[in-house]
Amino acid sequence: MAALTLYDKVWQQHVVRQDDYGTALLYIDRHLVHEVTSPQAFEGLLMNQRPLWRKQSILAVPDHNVPTTARNLGITDPVAKLQVDTLDQNCASFGLTEFKMDDRRQGIVHVIGPEQGATLPGMTVVCGDSHTSTHGAFAALAFGIGTSEVEHVMATQCLIQKKSKNMRVTIDGAVGQGITGKDIVLAIIGKIGTAGGNGYAIEFGGEAIRNLSMEGRMTVCNMAIEAGARAGMIGCDQTTIDYVNGRPFAPQQKDWDSAVAYWKTLHTDEGARFDREVVIAADSIEPQVTWGTSPEMVASVNAAIPDPGAEQNRQKSESVQKALDYMGLQANRAINSVYLDKVFIGSCTNSRIEDLRAAAAIARGRHVAQNIKLALVVPGSGLVKQQAEKEGLDQIFLQAGFEWREPGCSMCLAMNADRLESGERCASTSNRNFEGRQGQGGRTHLVSPAMAAAAAVCGHFTDVRTLELLN
Amino acid sequence: MEKFQKFTGIVAPMDRANVDTDAIIPKQYLKSIKRTGFGPNLFDDWRYLDSGEPGLDNKERRVNPAFVLNKTPYKYAQILLARENFGCGSSREHAVWALADFGFKVVIAPSFADIFFNNSFKSGLLPIVLSVAVVDQLFLELAEHEDYQLSIDLERQIVSNSAGMEVPFEVDAFRKHCLLNGLDDIGLTLQHADQIKAFEQQYYQQSPWLA
Repeated sequence: MAALTLYDKVWQQHVVRQDDYGTALLYIDRHLVHEVTSPQAFEGLLMNQRPLWRKQSILAVPDHNVPTTARNLGITDPVAKLQVDTLDQNCASFGLTEFKMDDRRQGIVHVIGPEQGATLPGMTVVCGDSHTSTHGAFAALAFGIGTSEVEHVMATQCLIQKKSKNMRVTIDGAVGQGITGKDIVLAIIGKIGTAGGNGYAIEFGGEAIRNLSMEGRMTVCNMAIEAGARAGMIGCDQTTIDYVNGRPFAPQQKDWDSAVAYWKTLHTDEGARFDREVVIAADSIEPQVTWGTSPEMVASVNAAIPDPGAEQNRQKSESVQKALDYMGLQANRAINSVYLDKVFIGSCTNSRIEDLRAAAAIARGRHVAQNIKLALVVPGSGLVKQQAEKEGLDQIFLQAGFEWREPGCSMCLAMNADRLESGERCASTSNRNFEGRQGQGGRTHLVSPAMAAAAAVCGHFTDVRTLELLN
Repeated sequence: MEKFQKFTGIVAPMDRANVDTDAIIPKQYLKSIKRTGFGPNLFDDWRYLDSGEPGLDNKERRVNPAFVLNKTPYKYAQILLARENFGCGSSREHAVWALADFGFKVVIAPSFADIFFNNSFKSGLLPIVLSVAVVDQLFLELAEHEDYQLSIDLERQIVSNSAGMEVPFEVDAFRKHCLLNGLDDIGLTLQHADQIKAFEQQYYQQSPWLA
């Protein structure tokens, strides 16, 4: 039998039919739904009087629009409220499982899927959100879709797809102390660029990836889309299986053993061919900070802001200049001399328990610097929040001057009230530093949770490895 | 969906790489539960000098006169000429709806982000990939002729201009078929409902933990 990649295997397992055009009908196991990209899809089903194919494949949750402040006050923005109410109504009338805003299991869709065991190895997982790539950390084929495709999956349980090419990114060796999944993936994007993965499914491998916890692996796969790849994947191993074991939607006793036996086959075969291979030396990766308006505009915290004048290519030079103008930064300035206004710890990239522990370890015994107007910690789900509170992390954050909020997407995309004002500069653990992403005119620097906490307590970017852990 | 027919239209230049879907349609407009009405907020942050919110009357807002789509004749453009990795970022189909609602039928670029590319076909917007060299050439020609127009023939897969230039482009045969005939994907897939059911039966037998 031919040697297959992990992507080939999961793909093949889900092909319902292949048509004359070489297009496949791909079966979808799990469909995650949130309030922003679903209303038009539900409306389409109703308009065409089409039933929903497989109700139990859907898990729905409001996350983008929900307030992160007191939940009992409800949503004050009437437009946002209508969208969340519409999701509630659609879920009720179609009979779908939904974790509503007041459910303690509510949270960011890409946090709760894995947390509930609703994401399993070998599944195809889709959601009307580009960061669905997150779930690939479980050796699942997971990718974001548009609203028309949301409707298509609802009506047919399938998607019309062309197979992507295979790319493998190997992080060779072990990363140094203090280097996280976030630093790894930012370094990858810095190397291959935001279009580097276009047309590919990326498999992440190598010792540094295998050493990551599931939380770290999710962070890496989450940002596969920022490297241009719809799907990022990591082979299944004991770490994966241990994480899934015992979760509410995971297979129970009778099926567990056969499931695990299958999951253990979910890795790339020896000798399988990739269309593109990229290797990065793990020990070359330092704490990363983005300086521009695209995730590929990234450098080590100890580096300087690049000089557009040093760029040979005219278009690239202009795009660096445009980014620096927007970001209000001068060429050649040391990144660790850049001061901040706000700090955001949260998002589907970095709001899981391990992320909060890493940030709290830096915040403990310190205080948010005077120049920081707001330092927000937004847990990824109600259950993450509960766990963090059990460990006393909320108290560490509060004593250090951070705000401790309710779960949601929050300032990652600023659809709710959490946002940057024009010109404000933010260290953010989210995934996109696009112009206006966190609020019109806002300036975003992407970093790991520990680096964000370090920036909060120092007031400027600081190599987190130079900070001692205090008691 | 309407059938995609051969047409000749004004071309507007968008001369920057990595134009993301947050720029195409900012997040505050995603709160809408409709598919229509996004056109006036296409490229909102670049197009207006003041900040926009859903419900504001866009006619009352301060327009940025320097932005390309606020200039004549680009206000009437049906073809957008762009650079690498157009439509990167979020999966929001609202980006496609906004472009289509504005009046665009075609976006030409050297490369597109995968999800945007996929979404485009669903609303009758044709993304055309042309080589960097051809796109460079088109930008040059556009700079010289303000009312530069191109003709798009999907049937023959040809982009042409009045000077006789003809450039072929690739398009997936299935998607071409759907666009030309204005076909709805879901209806097509449901023709295979029996095959999907047969697949399910075998699949859940083999993977009972997913049933």
